[in-house]
Amino acid sequence: MMKRILTLLIALMFAGPAFAQGGPLRLTITDGVIEPITFAVPSFEAETPQAGQLASELTRLVAQNLSGTGLFREVPASAFISQVGSFAQPVAFADWRAVNAQALVIGAVSMTGDQVNVKFRLFDVFSGQELGGGLQFAGTTAGWRRMGHKVSDAVYSRITGEGGYFDSRVVFVAESGPKDNRLKRLAVMDYDGANVQFLTDSSSIVLAPRFSPRGDQVLYTSFESGFPRINLLDVADVARRQIATAPGEMSFSPRFSRDGRQVIYSLSNGATTDIYRTDLDTGQHVRLTATPSIDTAPSLSPDGSQIVFESDRSGSQQLYIMSSTGGDARRISFGEGRYSTPVWSPRGDLVAFTKQNAGRFHIGVMRTDGSEERLLTSSFLDEAPTWSPNGRVIMFTRETQGADGASALYSVDISGRNLRAVPIQSAASDASWGPLQP
Amino acid sequence: MKMMTKATLLLLVLATAACTNPNRFGAGGAGGAGAGAGGFDATTGMAGSASDPRSPAFFNQTIGDRVLFAIDQSTISPEGRTILDGQAQWLLTNADYRAVIEGHADEQGTREYNLALGFRRANAVREYLVSRGVPSARLEVTSYGKERPIEVCSNEACYSQNRRAVTVLSFSAMTS
Repeated sequence: MMKRILTLLIALMFAGPAFAQGGPLRLTITDGVIEPITFAVPSFEAETPQAGQLASELTRLVAQNLSGTGLFREVPASAFISQVGSFAQPVAFADWRAVNAQALVIGAVSMTGDQVNVKFRLFDVFSGQELGGGLQFAGTTAGWRRMGHKVSDAVYSRITGEGGYFDSRVVFVAESGPKDNRLKRLAVMDYDGANVQFLTDSSSIVLAPRFSPRGDQVLYTSFESGFPRINLLDVADVARRQIATAPGEMSFSPRFSRDGRQVIYSLSNGATTDIYRTDLDTGQHVRLTATPSIDTAPSLSPDGSQIVFESDRSGSQQLYIMSSTGGDARRISFGEGRYSTPVWSPRGDLVAFTKQNAGRFHIGVMRTDGSEERLLTSSFLDEAPTWSPNGRVIMFTRETQGADGASALYSVDISGRNLRAVPIQSAASDASWGPLQP
Repeated sequence: MKMMTKATLLLLVLATAACTNPNRFGAGGAGGAGAGAGGFDATTGMAGSASDPRSPAFFNQTIGDRVLFAIDQSTISPEGRTILDGQAQWLLTNADYRAVIEGHADEQGTREYNLALGFRRANAVREYLVSRGVPSARLEVTSYGKERPIEVCSNEACYSQNRRAVTVLSFSAMTS
């Protein structure tokens, strides 16, 4: 087991030799071994007098975002030989090479009233070239973190060639209270735990919220009626309503289709729990599985043609894939232990899952044919993975054991590296990572 | 006006009846704010005395309001059958009561599966009670999965108490 975990400690390999020859700065995320790219981000220039503090906070946020990926390592400002005087000035590449900064991010911030303008440039220090053109973002002081995330996403994308994930939100369950009377509220936050906003109060248990593809709605399971039922909530005005599922005693584990117009979910009736699909516009229901087993946790492929789900039809929880119209399902998990909560990656190539084996829980990934299983984590209780918008990071719930046990959100690379707790004031569980914001 | 008063009274009765066994989630109580508020006590008031065979207290304490399950199972044990035989008998005698059977799981499992497993356990209890003559219209089932453990340690001593299905009585004038 341990060996297996170690074998997946991959990550990225960057084009080291290409640097030496003055080629472009490029970090290719593959299964190689890692040397983080070093970057320097001198404090952004304040172009208007009152922008000083915001400029420095934005700079720190960009540095935190990049370092937080584990793909980049910051060269501390104390090592700098030269400071960047002005945004437009030529860059003294020799000074940045001397402190071994491979990438240099410079920026400038101006403020008029509560209007903020942020611009930045990215340089490949060793080739002495600019990567991409300068970009600027306009917004308000209240939304300054989003501008910092946008800058970070642009830097990340230009160096890795992949989409970013910093300017995204996560819906989750904020928890408080003792273990035998946990209070749960829906909340949203920035991907990094900032800007927490509550969407419900804690008067009834809420479970497993799921963002709509555009991040404007949330499906979740609520005990408001005394029975688990699927609710739909609009993020903007927190209006919520129970959705009309197929007739049944208990509905849960909902997820949106990619167009946001349909819901796939579990419905329990009598002795069985099956998977259904309901069209939110027409209210039409389709039953997708019909077995005496527990079929739950459905997740659609990005093209909408297939559903991965868990079922105990073989005697224990395992992962299966079927057509999104139902019918025969093929089992894809065959390792030791039990597999559950599958989630199809946004790229379509992988399925993240929870695995329970020999008294431990793991978050893992496998190809959609079940091959190349890799366990990324191991603890007393890990569960409920969710993918970053670019499919490179997984956020999940980790719960500690015992009477004082509590849940927290963690993130980990799909390489198994860079395990981090998401800093949130309260205990938290059941994250659903929303899209990159427009 | 008179109708409205009646309706209000009935609501009050139902609200009170909703907590004939407030300890079903453990000493801390749970199940939403307000359950048990108003000074209702399982050993007094509507629940009656545990020595009165017609009282909910007798049902909860003397017969036993819950059955326990083996790991990942929903089969009723021989001990469970004895308890459920008593519950069925009580429900047949006290036709003014309905019941919600609440299924639970221990924490060793994922959230969704445990919800379904709790439901499976609650349904096994319902099927057993129906097989003993209790009209199914008086029984509802729900599941809390692993959300409401009654014991909070992380070992089998607690887990075995948490894998349960609890029959929660409510008084209803509208009997079937």
